[in-house]
Amino acid sequence: MYLPILILAFYSFNASRFSATWEGFSLKWYEILFNDSRIFAALQDSLAIAICAVGVSAVLGTLMAVGLARYQFWGKGLYRGASYLPLIIPDIAIAVATLVFLASFAIPLSLWTIVASHIVFCLAYVAVVVSTRLSGLNPHLEEAALDLGATPTQAFLKVLLPELMPAIVSGCLLAFVLSMDDLLISSFTAGGGANTLPMEIFSRVRTGVKPDINALSVVLILASGVLAFLAEYIRYRGDQRRSV
Amino acid sequence: MSQTAMQNRPVAETNTRFDVELRKVFKVFNGETVVRGIDLNIRQGEFFSILGPSGCGKTTTLRLIAGFEEPSAGEVLIRGRSMSGVPAYRRPVNTVFQSYALFGHLSVWENIAFGLRIKRQSKAEIQKRVQESLRLVKMEQFARRYPAQLSGGQQQRVALARALVNQPTVVLLDEPLGALDLKLRKEMQVELSTLHKNLGVTFVMVTHDQEEALSLSDRIAVMHDGKLEQIGTPNQIYDYPQTPFVADFIGDTNLFKGRIETTDYGMWQVRTERGLRILVKPTESLNGSMPNQVVVSVRPEKIQLSLEKPSSPINCFEGRLMHTMYLGTHVHYLVELLSGDRLTVLQPNRAKLAAEPDSPLYIYWAETDCLALTA
Ligand SMILES: Nc1ncnc2c1ncn2[C@@H]1O[C@H](COP(=O)(O)OP(=O)(O)O)[C@@H](O)[C@H]1O
Ligand SMILES: [Mg+2]
Repeated sequence: MYLPILILAFYSFNASRFSATWEGFSLKWYEILFNDSRIFAALQDSLAIAICAVGVSAVLGTLMAVGLARYQFWGKGLYRGASYLPLIIPDIAIAVATLVFLASFAIPLSLWTIVASHIVFCLAYVAVVVSTRLSGLNPHLEEAALDLGATPTQAFLKVLLPELMPAIVSGCLLAFVLSMDDLLISSFTAGGGANTLPMEIFSRVRTGVKPDINALSVVLILASGVLAFLAEYIRYRGDQRRSV
Repeated sequence: MSQTAMQNRPVAETNTRFDVELRKVFKVFNGETVVRGIDLNIRQGEFFSILGPSGCGKTTTLRLIAGFEEPSAGEVLIRGRSMSGVPAYRRPVNTVFQSYALFGHLSVWENIAFGLRIKRQSKAEIQKRVQESLRLVKMEQFARRYPAQLSGGQQQRVALARALVNQPTVVLLDEPLGALDLKLRKEMQVELSTLHKNLGVTFVMVTHDQEEALSLSDRIAVMHDGKLEQIGTPNQIYDYPQTPFVADFIGDTNLFKGRIETTDYGMWQVRTERGLRILVKPTESLNGSMPNQVVVSVRPEKIQLSLEKPSSPINCFEGRLMHTMYLGTHVHYLVELLSGDRLTVLQPNRAKLAAEPDSPLYIYWAETDCLALTA
């Protein structure tokens, strides 16, 4: 499963212009990569989109998870199901649906339309991770805080939120990685010169695999890996301390 | 003088003597009535227990006092003040939850300090009172730990300290010792009792463990199916149960359903459904009225066993020994009467009965050693 990645990493250190032949170890492609302004502009767009989408999702996703767990309202089951749907339906469906939606309201495509479309799936991921944590918590924690004199707002801020924080952070990291990785939804909803890193890579690869793209992929894989590991570690630590 | 005392009494009762009052309190959850018209007055400084089988509505009653639930009908008063519309965080009570509900992200010290911090006490005051509470529950050396690093018994102590540190009018305890093993439970019972005596705070404890309630409480309310069956001291509850349910739930007992046949010399003769004639001395509470249907309750330890026919024929029945069980200090006998009734008899171990299984024998008890209860 990891074989292609290993081969990729191997060739990124290849001095040769052509992937097929090995001409000795070199960091040349990494150098070229770090001096490529188009790549950096794309990275900036990607980061801006990911940070905005994750930031909004962190707040909304947490509130959604808490709201679904704590309050009874009509159509709750339906809403819960609908809110997790973006995890199951294919990206292409989300992409097309978003595009159609935007077009029918005549909203011009821009960086912000990408952000909005990323919020759709980031929100679902954050909500799922937070919900899982929430269902494992002692249901009387907030009552205990109220009992000790905290107002409902204080109980939420001083007890529930800190208890959920590991889940929120790990959900955000996961959503961040997914947002950085996304090609399909971004390319459908991109407009006005917005260009994300995966889109840039894809457009270059179409004209043949170049070694600097190999190098870029290695960097991206490492970064994603570190983030995913961090997310898992935070969640694990939180579970450890809280397994009462 | 006695007249003024009489006039003052109702005022005194509502204002100062009771910490918690429940007046005809009902609670309905989705059409199911869980608490059915509870009337309760809990005195200042009292160790009060609500005792009943699981699912009878004890926790709900406690949550109504704490303010986590609002009564569907009726009223809750604390120190004479109506609590309707007063949210949990403004009530002068603190709860020890059955599941402890400690804050996992805070250390033991911070858990205990939580209530004081919310009330914006000074640093020095918080330091002093948390330290004092830690000492009270003997947890000083665990102040820096996190709840997940503590045993069940230690978590229990932290939960207790977290409530007590706020110096509430009333401490509410929901099956506080329910999750502990037997030995630890006995230890904590002693500590709870000591804490209560030293602090003089009103304790309201919910439990399904009759022994715990009997040994700790000043008074007990026995609850059944959302209603209160009887309120009284442990002694009253055990020796003078007022309903068959209480007699059966508290301790062990033998119950006989029957009708009153004759009344002579202040005695009732009850004829049971299986034809036994039992002589009962009615208790004070039943003296005035004479119910038609009664249930006679005889505690196993009040019954005597003999191989020969005893001289007095009162409440003496012939039967045969079915089963013998040694309990160490006591011996437990199961006897089947000629009528078909089965009775349990408890005797101290010293008076060992030299009877074979199936051997015929006589059982008897004094008319003052049984109770007639309205069915
Ligand atoms: N929030 C609630 N919603 C619906 N039913 C409840 C709720 N709380 C308690 N009940 C029901 O009320 C009954 C009594 O519960 P509870 O007061 O917890 O009993 P106990 O503490 O004596 O075991 C149970 O049948 C329980 O299912
Ligand atoms: Mg309960």
